[in-house]
Amino acid sequence: MSHSASTGDLGRKRREKEEEAVGPDFEPWSSKRGEILARFTTTEKLSINLFMGSDKGKAPSPGSSAVSEKVRTRLEELDDLEEGSQRELLNLSQQDYANRIEELNQSLKEAWASDQKVKALKIVIQCSKLLSDTSVIQFYPSKFVLITDILDTFGQLVYDRIWTMCSDPRPLPDSFTVEDVNDTAKETCLNWFFKIASIRELLPRLYVEAAILKCNRFLNKSGIQETLPRLTAMIRGIGDPLVAAYARAYLCRVGMEVAPHLKDSLNRNFFDLLGTFRQISGESVRNQLVLQRVEVPEYLTLYSPAISWILQCIAYRAPEPLLTEMMERCKKLGNNALLLNSVMRAFRPEFVAIRATDFIGMIKDCDEAGFPKHLLFGSLGRSLACADPPESERLTILNEAWKVVTKVRSPQDYINCAEIWVEFTCRHFTKREVNTVLADIIKHMTPDRAFEDAYPQLQSVIRKILTYFHDFSILFSMERFLPFLDMFQKDSVRVEVCRSIMEVFIKHQVELTRDPVILNAMLHICKTMHDSVNALTLEDEKRSLALLIIGFIRMVSFGRDFEQQLSFCVEARATFCNLEPVLVQLIHTVNQLAMETRRVMGGNHSRKTAAFVRACAAYSFITIPSLSSIFSRLSLYLLSGQVALANQCLSQADAFLKAAVSILPEVPRSISVEGKLRSSESFLLDFINNFLATLLVVPDHPEHGVLYLVRGLLNMVQDYTWEDNSDAKVRVYISALPLLAAMSQETYLYSVPKVDSNETLYGGDPKFLSEINKLCETLIGQILDHLKALGRDEQSTRRQGAVAFSLFGVLLAHGDLRNNKLSQLAVNLWNLSHKHGYCETRISVRTLESIKQQAQQPNMTHLSDTVQRLTLQSRT
Amino acid sequence: MSVTLDIRLKRANKVYHEGEAVTGVIVLVCKEPLQHHGISLSMEGLVNLQLSSKSVGVFEAFYNSVKPIQLISSNIEVAKAGKIPGGKTEIPFEFPLQTKGNKVLYETYHGVFVNIQYTLRCDMKRSLLAKDLSRNCEFIVHCQPQKAKVAPTPVNFTITPDTLQNIRERSALPKFLIRGHLDATNCVISQPLTGELVVENSDVPIKSIELQLVRVETCGCAEGYARDATEIQNIQIAEGDICHGLSIPIYMVFPRLFTCPTLETTNFKVEFEVNIVIVLHDDHLITENFPLKLCRV
Repeated sequence: MSHSASTGDLGRKRREKEEEAVGPDFEPWSSKRGEILARFTTTEKLSINLFMGSDKGKAPSPGSSAVSEKVRTRLEELDDLEEGSQRELLNLSQQDYANRIEELNQSLKEAWASDQKVKALKIVIQCSKLLSDTSVIQFYPSKFVLITDILDTFGQLVYDRIWTMCSDPRPLPDSFTVEDVNDTAKETCLNWFFKIASIRELLPRLYVEAAILKCNRFLNKSGIQETLPRLTAMIRGIGDPLVAAYARAYLCRVGMEVAPHLKDSLNRNFFDLLGTFRQISGESVRNQLVLQRVEVPEYLTLYSPAISWILQCIAYRAPEPLLTEMMERCKKLGNNALLLNSVMRAFRPEFVAIRATDFIGMIKDCDEAGFPKHLLFGSLGRSLACADPPESERLTILNEAWKVVTKVRSPQDYINCAEIWVEFTCRHFTKREVNTVLADIIKHMTPDRAFEDAYPQLQSVIRKILTYFHDFSILFSMERFLPFLDMFQKDSVRVEVCRSIMEVFIKHQVELTRDPVILNAMLHICKTMHDSVNALTLEDEKRSLALLIIGFIRMVSFGRDFEQQLSFCVEARATFCNLEPVLVQLIHTVNQLAMETRRVMGGNHSRKTAAFVRACAAYSFITIPSLSSIFSRLSLYLLSGQVALANQCLSQADAFLKAAVSILPEVPRSISVEGKLRSSESFLLDFINNFLATLLVVPDHPEHGVLYLVRGLLNMVQDYTWEDNSDAKVRVYISALPLLAAMSQETYLYSVPKVDSNETLYGGDPKFLSEINKLCETLIGQILDHLKALGRDEQSTRRQGAVAFSLFGVLLAHGDLRNNKLSQLAVNLWNLSHKHGYCETRISVRTLESIKQQAQQPNMTHLSDTVQRLTLQSRT
Repeated sequence: MSVTLDIRLKRANKVYHEGEAVTGVIVLVCKEPLQHHGISLSMEGLVNLQLSSKSVGVFEAFYNSVKPIQLISSNIEVAKAGKIPGGKTEIPFEFPLQTKGNKVLYETYHGVFVNIQYTLRCDMKRSLLAKDLSRNCEFIVHCQPQKAKVAPTPVNFTITPDTLQNIRERSALPKFLIRGHLDATNCVISQPLTGELVVENSDVPIKSIELQLVRVETCGCAEGYARDATEIQNIQIAEGDICHGLSIPIYMVFPRLFTCPTLETTNFKVEFEVNIVIVLHDDHLITENFPLKLCRV
């Protein structure tokens, strides 16, 4: 049927709008569905009996006139599908059953789409008949969910169909009235109601009429209002209390959807339910349970989804007096446990919380048979977890509840209930009470290693505690907290718990701490995480664990007690030796410690502090080699060297820098960056430039020759196996030139306080200067050789141009161009770089302009001569 | 060459009362122009009586009495012989629903032995080579509402083993007490049958409680008659061992066409009854019968 398909979207939109009438604070049925399906399962075999039975009990129809015959058979078809189509499906597993029902749902839609309305109705009737079958009773709630899905589909199909009939010439508005509906649509609608009214069996008649309840809107204003109470009363005719309870739940569900303002029939349903409560313990039910071998407590839980739903509908935006009345009625029924449980679950937590003491009284008065009390306390606890009872009653409530909880024998039942109450305890009480609760849980869960089956609940306990206790000194001063953690003996769970604690710590610990309780506990937790790392641990996992541990280390501070801090770092290094990022952090911490000492001492170390900073340097010096990442090592050597230098530890600084130079050859040609293999060249160049800048202030070692470190570095660069076709080596040489130029100055650009650089050591000694000049000549010679080599190959002319230009730049900035040879060299380089036209004209022009500007300054007039000789190549 | 002929009544529910005009259109759809020898429309109301198989033989002599009784009959010519253009053609018509003489228009009723039916029939005569076309359309006649007001009188009932008749062994019966009432036994046909029923107690659990709507049709004349009761529908109002002491609603909608106001004429009678059927778990069947009088207001 094409039009029904096309209005599908419209129909959905309409539905959404109408559901809004209930408000978003009403937990919809759709969210309960899955929960019920997951909870009520069975391994027993099920059967579907689509009884499209034979013609028994029908009035014989002698040959009456043709028309009436046709009408009659149509009517009879409502009860029976064509003869011979009776089928009984036996031995279905639960999944098979669900699939079959889904198939029926599909064939309903198909039948409808192919205009076989009678067949569609028959399918719906047969399906609702299945709901009167209570064999395999454990599955009944799930069966109800599956079958009412079909009913919902049917209700929507009928409604949409009739709605479409009225949509000519324009669609009905959402707020249409009976007057807007045309006669044909009304007649069709009426026809459905007459057909349904003649369904023989009670349950299908009830369910199908409830399914199309909304269609009453087409017929008259008060239809829904009149139908709901009638259907409510009709349910009284259902003998089986479980079937009746679910029928009520369905009616309430439809009622809430269609006419949420009609509260009366909701209440009526509930009161009827109470009225028939005695049936649950009646003889028929007992016989049935014996037959199916189902225990009473299990049977009673089958009711909770239905009763909770009904109560939820009633409680939704209900005035207080109504809820109070409900409670009174429960009391009258001898505080039926099942009912009480549903009341606590369905009513607003605030409502329950205020009367918590009353509820406890009622729970106590319940008879123990059937419904276990710990479930009742569980439900109460759940309400109290989100709403607060009066302050004066809180302690009594906790005591009363725990009195019951602690008596629960089965560890699983116990922990399920205890877990809920932990939240209440954390919310309102101090560490003392929480500690007691933890002690109790440990007591219950330790025998027979019961905790092994309760990790999720135990984890949830930890989570709840962490939500309420952010002060870790309090948390760890609970005696039972660490023993509680010891219950997590499965490695994966244990690490997960530690991780969640660490996450909270990092998030909420704002102040640095030296509290020994926290430190001990945290070290213990971090060690647990660290020790979980093995060869199979994923990189990501390692990284996140390391981050958490680093987070902890950064929060540790012993204030002015630097030595304590250092010894903490020593201990931490021993503990976390497998996680490299942690070691890196430790080295940074120690370096920072040294700098902090220097700041405190105002740069003048006493004997004691000098020894301390040397100890720090020693720490770094022996820690760095254990790192595997070469660039970590290099940069840490450089950094530690700088720190040592700043603290006047000259020999230590020398050792760091020497170590850095000595491992340079180990740098691989390519390294892995974020999982991809990349050339290490650019990283290496960066490092070397950084290193060179530091070398300016490092004084020469008295026992080694002049510029010992610079030579050492350049030698390493010379011997390093650079990539083929790379200018990297020459680039290092070019960047070494400015360093050498800076070293030849009378006063250096920068220096380290209290450290004499080469400027003071040599005081501009001509020998020193000539050494520098020699070095420069060698470097320039090397560079020029390289340029020549590049010139031999056509393909490398671009590179040649670039290298030549950068050398030109260096000469211009750092060279003394008054020297004719040098000035000639510069001009030659300029020309070389422009020879092949690869130079960017804009840069050339700007360079020229800048030189011209410089030439106007005094002492720089010689530049104007040079400029004259620098020509710009025109493109043409 | 295809042509379809259809009769469309103006009223969606097809319900008319005596004195009103039955209006509608004859719809002709054909692709090409169509030649015909005249279109006529006739209206007929008939009572068909049938003898039940068990009565046949004994009352064969009354053959005459089972001849259909004509209630109304008229005929008009809609179009003279001619041509109908291609496409859709609608020809409106109007029939006054008026009886001749002292005949009464009974309400439409589809039963087993008695059938009261009103039809419109449209015939289109065509040339010798083409078949004549005809189309039937049933419409429904409702009686004029009764002038007199019906005051509902509740009927109370109590069913115990002692109130039963037609039983073989009274001592074998389990004990039970069922009370209840029907809000009325003279019912308005357009409104449901209502009432309440309470199972006060019962030794044996109840399996099912049903309402059985029964038609009682009588055909005959002065010489004799055949009276047959058959079930129209059976509506279950309780299933399983229902809660004792809790009232259960009795509620049944009278099905359209299969019920009509209780009718009594010289040749036939149509009456209705309702049975409250209680089935016990040991398959004891307890039935309480209530004659109904249906009317239209």
